[in-house]
Amino acid sequence: MNKHKVVIPIGPQHPALKEPESFSVTLSGEKIMAFSARLGYNHRGIEKACEERTYLQDIYLTERICGICSHTHSTAFVQAVEEIAGIVIPQRASYIRTIIGELERIHSHLLWLGVAAHEVGFDTLLMYTWRDREIVMDILAQVTGNRVNYGCNTIGGVRRDIDPSQIKDMLKAIDALEDRTKYYIDIATKETTLIERLSGVGKLSKKDAVTLGAVGPTGRASAVDRDVRRDDPYAAYDKLKFKVVTDDHCDVYGRALVRVGELMESYKILRQALKDMPEGPLTVKAPRKIPAGEATSRYEAPRGECFHYVKSNGTDKPERVKVRAPTLANVQTVAKMLEDGQLADLPIVIAAIDPCFSCTDRITLIKRDGSRSAKRMTWDELHTYSIDWYRKKGLNFAGLNEKLKKRI
Amino acid sequence: MRALFNIFIFPGFLFLFIFGLSAQFFDRRIYARLQNRQGPPWFQPLADFIKLVSKEEIIPEEANPNMFKAMPVIAITAVVTTITYIPMWSPKALFSFNGDLIVVLYLLTIPTLTFFLGGWYSTSLYSKIGAVRALTQLFAYEVPLLMSILAPALLANTWSLTEMAAFYQAHPGYWLFNILGFAIALVTLLGKLEKVPFDIPEAETEIVAGTFTEYSGRLMALFKLSIDMETVVAASLLAAVYLPFWLCCGPVVGFIGYMLKVLFIIATLSLLRTVFARLRIDQMVSFCWKYLAPLAFMQILFNLAVKGFIIR
Amino acid sequence: MIRPGKMIKQVLGSLFKKPATTEYPFHKKTLDVPARFRGKLKFYPEKCIGCNQCVRDCPSNAIRIRKVADKVFEADIDLGRCIYCAQCVDSCPKKALEATCEFELASIDRDKLKVTFRAKSQDAPVK
Repeated sequence: MNKHKVVIPIGPQHPALKEPESFSVTLSGEKIMAFSARLGYNHRGIEKACEERTYLQDIYLTERICGICSHTHSTAFVQAVEEIAGIVIPQRASYIRTIIGELERIHSHLLWLGVAAHEVGFDTLLMYTWRDREIVMDILAQVTGNRVNYGCNTIGGVRRDIDPSQIKDMLKAIDALEDRTKYYIDIATKETTLIERLSGVGKLSKKDAVTLGAVGPTGRASAVDRDVRRDDPYAAYDKLKFKVVTDDHCDVYGRALVRVGELMESYKILRQALKDMPEGPLTVKAPRKIPAGEATSRYEAPRGECFHYVKSNGTDKPERVKVRAPTLANVQTVAKMLEDGQLADLPIVIAAIDPCFSCTDRITLIKRDGSRSAKRMTWDELHTYSIDWYRKKGLNFAGLNEKLKKRI
Repeated sequence: MRALFNIFIFPGFLFLFIFGLSAQFFDRRIYARLQNRQGPPWFQPLADFIKLVSKEEIIPEEANPNMFKAMPVIAITAVVTTITYIPMWSPKALFSFNGDLIVVLYLLTIPTLTFFLGGWYSTSLYSKIGAVRALTQLFAYEVPLLMSILAPALLANTWSLTEMAAFYQAHPGYWLFNILGFAIALVTLLGKLEKVPFDIPEAETEIVAGTFTEYSGRLMALFKLSIDMETVVAASLLAAVYLPFWLCCGPVVGFIGYMLKVLFIIATLSLLRTVFARLRIDQMVSFCWKYLAPLAFMQILFNLAVKGFIIR
Repeated sequence: MIRPGKMIKQVLGSLFKKPATTEYPFHKKTLDVPARFRGKLKFYPEKCIGCNQCVRDCPSNAIRIRKVADKVFEADIDLGRCIYCAQCVDSCPKKALEATCEFELASIDRDKLKVTFRAKSQDAPVK
């Protein structure tokens, strides 16, 4: 029985995955022997598309990299551009960005709680947490105009203001949510079947977490004390007092506790920010043509550290935009977590890193297999190589590019 | 002639069909209301059945077509046969003989065997894993279930369901000795009907649909119908064994009492389905053998003691 | 205290409360769309000066401004391409565009999604 191995595919289409990604699992009975991941099913060419549009249009494009972390990508991009242009945004704008960012974190963690419950078959918790998530979505719709893809950033500040009646509504909503979150903490720590499914599953020691580069709640549940909001503050975080939640369970249960703890911290941060928000203008005038330069910017997304790199060349379109999403760093840890695991644990372990595969599929993977024909290319060489490759097949995209340039 | 009427109309196929679909509606509506949402309208299970029947059947190339097609039919046959031995609204079932309790329990394991065989003969990876899990689960819950149904039979000193119902009807109040057995039987019934926390063979997020992955069209409709009918038949069995009152007051009162009892059992199953998460197969087996089997054994010892001291 | 079925009290309480579901589309009044909602665009031809700033800033080329007469402009908006970001509303120096609260814009014909905002008729009576 132990010698008989079976390879089953999880994905790209599978009820356990909310987004397509291909994993192949080698099983012996119910025990997992090997696990390998193959990424790239969500690649949409966003980095290339960013080069064809102006900075102002790119804000909306980067926002749509992901639905749940949309404010993350948009703010990280705008921060990088503002750093190149040397713009300092007004205080009120940085507070508003912080408030929207924390609201997004609340919405994302409540969504994760529901999805994790669904993966272990606890649909009741899914329904209840998603019902309470509606409170946050309504607040966000009231302030920014939409439930996802908020569109409140612009180069040099924010587009929408928060007026006093909305602040009152927000405080009431935070009170209601805090009650509900305390109830969910109670359930997560006291419901027997849930604890049985989540404890001891997906173990990742602190050494492995640091070696494999786990970020966000996945790393913090293994006692890796890193948080971009405290270590490299952006927006208004250097003026706000908050605690970084870590846990040393090192398994899925620890990750659940870290996320629920972060929810409670977010409520505190929101109350502080709403109280301390100064009056003032919302934007600073920003030039259309950003001077040449390059900048990186980091942002603590609900899933971990999100990293943007922007290079400009003096025109009104960027030269290169690179995005490294937190899930890309966390997906490497799944293989380690599933060693000596069971098939029944696979969905919850994958769900515990809070995968957002739409954010992940950005990079090009060059496999160096030791043969002499493999070589390293720079970005421009890759660009010309791809154009020549298609020309040899008889496809010439130059005409299409001209048409596209005329329309823009 | 009467036999044909019994088999096809009442209490055979047609009655179980209507009652099974209504029980599914009742279960889904209560599940939804407990989760603070609305739930489907009354015709939803019928609409699902008609939709499935009208879809195309796809049989995998490597599967054994005869076995593949025969399994749902065998499942329904076994379930419909069982209802003839269970006393529903009078202490007399349609047919009875000494030992029909064992036959009923045996017939109720046949659907699980057909799930296993259907999944095995589908030759798809997900189906095979689901089939093996179904059989493992059978080994876990079958023993506590048998022991807890045995306990009331021991007290009544007979192996026939009809005579058991007559015994309890003659001695009102004796059914209260079997409350522990009732609780154990409800929990193991969740395992037999593959509902959370024991819906491991059909875990949607882990192995797509388990044993039913390759089934579609009419065969899938028949499998789902067999699960609905099995719910009603098993609930009737539990009602006959553990709640044997109101049986001698005429057919109308008996029928209403029967409906109330079965709906109460189905509502309790829905409530249990709502508040638990799904267990892993190894956790389920250890739970059943470590906790349920000893409790069922204690119920048997308790009944033996009662029989020895009180009844003489 | 760790015990199974911890949610049972809340769950039983929900049996007696109204469900949290909104019966859309039968009871639309319970949906209150916020005032800042970015729905379908509305164009005021009399305010437009033809600077084309909205056309330049649109991330998906959804809007086109056409000149039909001297200082009179019309707008063609493709609702299928619009991403409802309202950047054009902010870019316009004369406030000629506005985001309404209309969101039920689905259609089974792609051509019906192309909307044109016509200017008022120009043939005033000549003396």
